Amino acid sequence: MATTLTKGPSQTAAQHARPSRRRIGERPNWLGGAISWLWLLVVIVPIYWIVITSFKSQSNYYAENPFAPPSEPTLANYQMVIEADFIRYFVNSLVVAVGAVAPAVAVSFMAAYAIVRGGGSRFLRSTNSLFLMGLAIPLQATVIPIYLIIIRLHLYDTLLALILPSIAFAIPLSVLVLSNFIRDVPKELFESMRLDGASEWGTLWHLALPLTRPAVVTVTIYNALTIWNGFLLPLILTQSPEQRTLPLALWSFQGQYSINVPAVLASVVLTTLPILVLYVLGRRQLLAGLTAGFGK
Amino acid sequence: MSVIPLPSGRNVPPAAAPGGRGASALPWLAVPALVFFVGFGVIPLIGVLLLSFTSWDGLGDISVTGFDSWRAVLADPGLPHALWVTFLVMALSWLVQTPASILIGVFLAGQQRYRAVLAVLYFIPLLLSSAAIAITYKALLDPNFGLGAGLQIDVLVQDWLGEPALAMGVVIFVVSWQFIPFHSLIYQGGVRQIPRSMYEAAELDGAGRVRKFFSITLPQLKYTVITSSTLMVVGSLTFFDLIFVLTAGGPGDATRVLALDMYKRGFQANLMGPASAIACILVLVGLVLALLLRRLGGRDASASQLEGA
Repeated sequence: MATTLTKGPSQTAAQHARPSRRRIGERPNWLGGAISWLWLLVVIVPIYWIVITSFKSQSNYYAENPFAPPSEPTLANYQMVIEADFIRYFVNSLVVAVGAVAPAVAVSFMAAYAIVRGGGSRFLRSTNSLFLMGLAIPLQATVIPIYLIIIRLHLYDTLLALILPSIAFAIPLSVLVLSNFIRDVPKELFESMRLDGASEWGTLWHLALPLTRPAVVTVTIYNALTIWNGFLLPLILTQSPEQRTLPLALWSFQGQYSINVPAVLASVVLTTLPILVLYVLGRRQLLAGLTAGFGK
Repeated sequence: MSVIPLPSGRNVPPAAAPGGRGASALPWLAVPALVFFVGFGVIPLIGVLLLSFTSWDGLGDISVTGFDSWRAVLADPGLPHALWVTFLVMALSWLVQTPASILIGVFLAGQQRYRAVLAVLYFIPLLLSSAAIAITYKALLDPNFGLGAGLQIDVLVQDWLGEPALAMGVVIFVVSWQFIPFHSLIYQGGVRQIPRSMYEAAELDGAGRVRKFFSITLPQLKYTVITSSTLMVVGSLTFFDLIFVLTAGGPGDATRVLALDMYKRGFQANLMGPASAIACILVLVGLVLALLLRRLGGRDASASQLEGA
């Protein structure tokens, strides 16, 4: 019974290592199961519909059963979307995502390290409180001053205009998740690094970073996802088609080709594909990181 | 680095700095993040308050006009309506999402083999941008060419986005479609943290599944519920892009939430002053709700993260 008192990582690890197959096995959880499978259907059906429809010609779209696989699959929609400057919007999104995520994760990691290691300092405590407060501030509320700042910096209608605020708004959550993980690094390891004469920077780089790599991957993917899908900042901070990112291009494409549903859905697939690849690659870390980051 | 005094002028406490030298560099590591966050988070937050006392069309000069914007906004019947719609979206989406997310989360934390596969598939809606989701549902729900017409199911042939009550229902459904997967993962994580021994003890006392759920799982998930609810509630204030693309606030003003109201006043009507006042109200609502939820839980999710320090 002593285990009820300690919620240490070792205990939870033991739980994970030994799924109690025979323990709960008495009676299946019918309600939870039914809802979960029903929900799966609700999630999957629209996605299935998007994918199959994107391979249909416009005339087949109107003629066929919406859930029937395309009778004459065509890549014409994809060709059309790619010819409509998809590559340019893709590159724009990539520049913004990489340009914002890399610095955001770097500065957040440094801050999280400082907050965990120097947690008692008043400056760091206030900094942490400020970041935590940032979690409650809706980005939308600050876009008018951001618009003003971007104009005054002569950055309106540039990709940098999207990058700078994106970094700022990635910081609160990144610091929260990263500091949660850095806190789990045993204090003895930090002590022994210190006794060996390592600097804080060296400790951060050679101890904290390698040990918290899953968390770093988590916040990288999460921020990439958020920024890749960002809509409001591109909407108000850019103007010319040359600076469009994918979600905005999708929106204007929809306005332009609203009658051609298969083509619009092909563009939905194309804009989602890169993030899907990223998800498949980093899925384990992302799920583990998010559940640990929020569920603690 | 170590010779430069701390910005706060205070010493690092002994716990963090038995070695002295290296530790004084610590606060500096937080400075770059702080600079970005202050520059594009805190300053705009102060700026929005200042701008609410000005008149600005988004291009020309900014002139101080005192309380004019506030008077205009507070006298406008559009504000109580937008507030009402915002709360309605918030409350309804919370009511739909929370029970479903808890049930799914508890189920996913169980032992069945398909759990991992389900969790993978569940996450897909979160990968799609709100713009993509809104565009998809607009096409699916089209009364002439959408699902209802295609399957020839009359019940599905409705002017989904043209009737105020239906449009609100669609918004709640699409929001839930996008976010239930995320919240069920949070609950899954929460359930896994509950000590096994509590269930073992309850089983010895002869507690059934339902009893265990209400007596152990739910109380133990208290802080997870608060974390998830805080994210839902504050998040619902930011449903701008989804509603903007899906209904543009319509039909009429039926789904015109605060964030959309602000955008339309500011960037479509070029009234940045009143739009800033709306933004201030948005921040206020967000902070009040976050604090309320924190009070409700006795401690907030972020404080619980700090306790282990």
